[in-house]
Order: sequence, then C-alpha cells, then structure tokens
Amino acid sequence: MSRALRVVAPLVILLALLGAWELYALYGGVDRLILPAPHEVAQALACNAPSPTGDAPARCEDRALLWDNFTVTAGEVLLGIAVAGLAGFACAIALHLSLALRRSTYPLLAASQTIPIPLIAPLLVVWLGFGLAPKLVIIGLVAFFPIVVTTLDALARVDRQQLNLLRTLDASRLRILRHVELPAALPGLFSGAKIAVVIAVIGAVFAEQAGSSSGLGHLVQQSIPQLETARAYAAVVILSAFAIALFGLLTLAERLIVPWAHEPPQGRNR
Amino acid sequence: MDGVRVDGVERVFRARGRRGGEVVALHGMSLRAAPGEIVAVVGASGCGKSTLLELICGLQAPDAGTVRADPAVLMPQRDLLLPWASALDNAALALRVRGMPVVRARCQAAPLFARFGLGGFETARPAELSGGMRQRVAFVRTLLAGKPVLALDEPFAALDALTRQEMQGWLGRALAEEPRTVVLVTHDVEEAVVLADRVVVMSPRPGRAVAELVVRLPRPRHRTDAAVAALREQALEALGAPA
Repeated sequence: MSRALRVVAPLVILLALLGAWELYALYGGVDRLILPAPHEVAQALACNAPSPTGDAPARCEDRALLWDNFTVTAGEVLLGIAVAGLAGFACAIALHLSLALRRSTYPLLAASQTIPIPLIAPLLVVWLGFGLAPKLVIIGLVAFFPIVVTTLDALARVDRQQLNLLRTLDASRLRILRHVELPAALPGLFSGAKIAVVIAVIGAVFAEQAGSSSGLGHLVQQSIPQLETARAYAAVVILSAFAIALFGLLTLAERLIVPWAHEPPQGRNR
Repeated sequence: MDGVRVDGVERVFRARGRRGGEVVALHGMSLRAAPGEIVAVVGASGCGKSTLLELICGLQAPDAGTVRADPAVLMPQRDLLLPWASALDNAALALRVRGMPVVRARCQAAPLFARFGLGGFETARPAELSGGMRQRVAFVRTLLAGKPVLALDEPFAALDALTRQEMQGWLGRALAEEPRTVVLVTHDVEEAVVLADRVVVMSPRPGRAVAELVVRLPRPRHRTDAAVAALREQALEALGAPA
C-alpha cells in the first residue's frame, strides 16, 4: 500500500461515515434531541454550541466543561489501567504457577465479567463512598480480565522443550519464571492491555454514572435530561479519541519494549 | 564417573482419552557411553531416540530397566534461544539460571565466544544470526552448563545441507577441545560416522539397539573418506535401508 493511500484511506472512511451520519440526522426523521448531527457535536466540541432548541444565544462553556470532566475521567482510566495491569499480571503468574488455583478460580474470574456494573455499584458506594476508589474498582474489574487471559496464555505457550532444556540446566521454578517465562509473557500483557484500555473507558463511564459528581460519564448522564444531546455526543467523541490515543501509545510501547514479539521466528522451523 | 549406562529400559506412553492405546517407545533398550566417549544413536523417525535422551537427562523415568548417567544437559534440535536476549546472554543463561550474577556469567561466557567462532557476535540478537551461528550459541550454552554428559538431539537437523556439513566439522573440533561424554541422536548416518567413536543403530518402534559399529578412524574425518563411506553403508544396512 502506498504512503498516500495509507493516509488518505482512513480519512475517506471517516468522512464517509460522518457524511452518512450528517445526512441521516438531517433528513432521516429522527429527533435531533435523540440523534444530533455531527456539525452540532463539532460545535459543542469547539465551544460555540447553540442550544438545540434554538432559542438560547451561543454559549461558550461547553469546551471548558468537557475538558474539566475529561481530566477527571482520564485520571480514573489511567490509574484503573495501571491497577488492572499490575493485578492482572500478578494474578496470571499465580494462576500459571498453581494448577489448583487455576482450576478453582479461573472460572470465577470469567464469571466476574458477567456482573452488571449497575448491580454492584450501590454496594461499592456503600463500601467506598463517592470518590476515586469505587471507580478504580469498576475499571479494574472490567480491564483486569483480558490482561489475565492473554498473559496466562502467553505463559502457557512457552515451549515444552524449552522447559526441558532449562531443567537440565538445573534451573529452579522461580528462575525459569524470572529468566524465561516472565519476558515471554510480556507480549501477552501488551495484547491484554490493548483490549483493556478500550473497555476501561466504557468502565469509567459506567462507574461515573453509578455515583459521581464529575467526569465525562457523569456529564453524559447530566446532558441527556438537560436536552444537551450534542454535548453528550461530544463527550463520547472525546472518550473515543482518548481510547484511540491510549491504544496507540500502547502499540508504540509494545514496539519499543518487546520488538522481538513481531519478528519472524527465524530458525524455529521444526 | 559412570558416563552413561542404560540397561534394558522400557518406556510406555499411554494415549490420552478412553480408547487409551499404549505406545511402547522403548523396549529392552541398552546403551553405554564411557566417560569421554562420543556415541551416536541413529534410527528412523519415531524410534524413541528423543525419549532415550530425556531418560538420560533425568527428564523422564523408565517404566522398566535402569538408567544411570552422570549429570547430563540437553541440546535440542531447535536452538530455543531467547529472542529478547543477546547471543552472549543466551549462552550465559546456563549460568544465570543457577543464580550467577549477570556480570560474572557474561565474563565466563565471553571467552567461549572467541574460541568457538562467535567473536564479534556477542551483542547480536538471535534474529540477527544465521541458523548455524544460532546452533553455535546453543552449543556454548550447553557447554557452560558444566555437565559431564551432553545429550545432543539432532542438533543440526534444521540446518541446510551445506551449513550442516560445516557445523559437523565445527562440532568435531569443539569436542576435541572440550572433551565430554556425548550421546548424539541423529537420523543422519554420515553425521554419526564422521563424529562418533561408536554408532548404535536402533530398530523402529519399539526402539532398541540392534547393531553397533565401532568407528576406529583418525580425526578429522571427512564424509568423502572411503572408510567413512564403507561404515555408512554398514550402518544403513543395519537400519534396513534398501541397498
């Protein structure tokens, strides 16, 4: 693929999607309070948002409002990812080392992902209040699982012959872990983290809607009954951009930290 | 020092699942390797050669018979170098996994690089090395384990023919410098005759030793030597290859 095409193709697709949305919002017969047009969302983002009802003068508070709430949500997501990454990696190692632990708790971990957040949110509020802690728990809960799964799979993929070789080198279990299995698990950690950042953003929105006085999730929840649908959509655009940015950063970090994970396996043919 | 003594060993694998068939990998297998001797084991694919090496290395236990061997280190067919570590660190892994600090382990590994034709490649990562060079690094790692017995499992089978010949010559010289008890499993009869003091021929599964050829030829040997060719023919005949 030529360089120009690589730049142009995503732009064309994005513009086509936006164009289709714009046309549908304008002419599709859906109430603009339910589906705002992209240009209204852009206005909300750019601070010059007229009220959808058309009777209020242009206001400029949207951008500051969005930005302030974004910093709250971004902080929650970043901290939540860090917590989930550490806890997920540690948990994957523990499950890898102990078959009994894996047998007994892996199904429960899978089950933990089916708990609807609104169900446990009140409990978390009772336990942890309205501050940062319950958000971190919820973000950690949704982001933790993909990290455990991909890291555990990477640990399990270490070659059996490699382990045989290490045993004849008199390597102890812990040294095998440290010198071979942990580095081999890093690509798995990155794969899991790339999935996790995206769902962590969703997790943050749910966590804020369950009990919060700030954050983009809170703003979305507030904007709908205030008939500020464009602002709610603008918040979602910001969340999407944030998720893309985190995903990109992780991809970059992956290339720098585990470059060997993507090179062709030379001399490894049977 | 025992070298390696395998006596009347049987090894049976039970297939998983309900049908539960049994595969007898080895039956009545015996093998001796005196300390410092190079013994090659040749046989068809699936005759239990790798199982034999794992028994010698203590990675498996026999179902019958006895295995007595000095401490042995395995060198598998695939180099199994760690892709994230430099060539030097890969070789030094043998010392690191026994708890040696990184600087000392590197210092101890470095002189072997110069001696075994790896000088200048210390910092190269495995992906930057050719197949032959990777096997050299794997062999240095094997030597650094400091074990009296080397269990080499088709170490050059994954290499192209030219590199394989070159590496056979290299291994012959390396073992002349660093004598060890070697059990070399291979399906390349010529490789066996060129490198070994003794060639043991195994039957198809269930594997056992069916013939033994003593190679009393001066080293270095070449595959084109008439005596090597004659012994190769003998070994092939014992393997049951059509003449």
